[in-house]
Amino acid sequence: MRMTFDTLLLIMTAAGMAATAGAAPDSARQSELLYLLNQDCSACHGMTRKGGLGPPLLPSSLRDRPTRLLVTTILDGRPGTPMPPWRGELSEQDAQWLVEALRRGEGL
Amino acid sequence: MNHSVSARLWLAILLLAVAQSPSAACLLRGTGDLGVVIERASGSVQVVDTTARSSLFRVTGLGDLSHASVVFSRDARYAYVFGRDGGLSKIDLLCGRLDKRVMQAGNSIGGAISQDGRLVAVSNYTPGGVKVFDAATLDQVADLPALDDKGHSSKVVGLVDAPGQRFVYTLYDAGEIRIADMSDPHAPKVERFRDIGRQPYDALITPDGRNYIAGLFGEDGLVRLDLWQDKPVPQRILDHYGRGEKKLPVYKMPHLEGWAVAGRRIFLPAVGHHEVLVMDSDSWQEAGRIPVHGQPVFVEAEPGGRHVWVNFAHPLNDTVQVIDTQTLKVIATLKPGKAVLHMEFAPRGAAVWVSVRDDDVVRIYDTTTFRELAHLPAEKPSGIFFTDRAHRVGL
Repeated sequence: MRMTFDTLLLIMTAAGMAATAGAAPDSARQSELLYLLNQDCSACHGMTRKGGLGPPLLPSSLRDRPTRLLVTTILDGRPGTPMPPWRGELSEQDAQWLVEALRRGEGL
Repeated sequence: MNHSVSARLWLAILLLAVAQSPSAACLLRGTGDLGVVIERASGSVQVVDTTARSSLFRVTGLGDLSHASVVFSRDARYAYVFGRDGGLSKIDLLCGRLDKRVMQAGNSIGGAISQDGRLVAVSNYTPGGVKVFDAATLDQVADLPALDDKGHSSKVVGLVDAPGQRFVYTLYDAGEIRIADMSDPHAPKVERFRDIGRQPYDALITPDGRNYIAGLFGEDGLVRLDLWQDKPVPQRILDHYGRGEKKLPVYKMPHLEGWAVAGRRIFLPAVGHHEVLVMDSDSWQEAGRIPVHGQPVFVEAEPGGRHVWVNFAHPLNDTVQVIDTQTLKVIATLKPGKAVLHMEFAPRGAAVWVSVRDDDVVRIYDTTTFRELAHLPAEKPSGIFFTDRAHRVGL
């Protein structure tokens, strides 16, 4: 009985941690993501997101692109192009938030 | 009475404004020890004095300066700034002001000044190609489209000047090198070298103006074109240098700017590897690899070539390493701060200026002791360019 309770507790804790890891980025994290976008992504996509070696990331240029494709491109990169995979540095939720921010034209 | 006070007040304000305006008075001095620091996020540059280690002027209104670069007029009075947004700005270093500015394309990546100093060329992404301007007036002189054999426009990278009043550049999408002879600026003669390899990302020319070398992103290797030959043939060098090793994700493209050469040894960044490649410049064969802190972005030799300085790609970009070119060993590791973007040597190499983007600072190091000599505040500094470039081929 006692073992079962501990196991249950362990499972609940693990579930709680997974939920935290899967949470949408808080405002501090959002600032970090926006900084990364403006400072590092801009090496290829430009400060004004009009593109460079990489394609433009303006709301108008992303309008017809499925969100899933954009999230996957951020996380796994695009083979055959210089776009690197950012998984490891960015979570699924981070990438999701970045795509939304790009669609809003945040910080432009 | 009121009227008079008001008039005097306005006069005082006006005088104050004039006195504080940086372009109110031009300096009477040489420009040989001056330079420019790009402030990438604010569309501005600082004009700096490498002797006093101080900032003289700040020039604003230059547009998107992410990935901006600079060349100098041959009198070293003017800096031409190539902005990402297609802006070409001519800055007067003595007066600290914008002399002229044109929007010449939608999206550009770099530029060069001709051997005779009369032409400034800009390489563009959108639309691809090279545009050539009169260096004095910034009036357009020539347009060199970068269409491949199927008529597709290509992004242009690695634009440099070469002896014989030529510009040499590389087509990223088409995998092609071109030489444009501008002896008659209104009738350029363009020579094409096709199928050099996949995704050439940047290029450089040796200080003697002989070897044009393009780095490939889509393959492990570089391409050399010997410009001293009547009929140059592209030659693959350091082919498959990453053979058997897994290539890491590249979070920042390396830059082939300048020429890290010491005696017969040439030092180059390995793409996707934590290594600096060493090549023998007689045989063009690999002469070694040096394990370093991260993926190199800039590999730059001190004037004279005693040491080579290296900075690194995100996320390992808080570090600079110094390599002894005789022993091929890393002899110093510096931590200037987060996001080191560029390094530039003061003329004759006594000091090196290092831009640290996230700390909003430029740090100046002694190249003998590796100690910090001074630092200057700058807003998100990136490229640093000193006027001694005015007299060197390819810079």
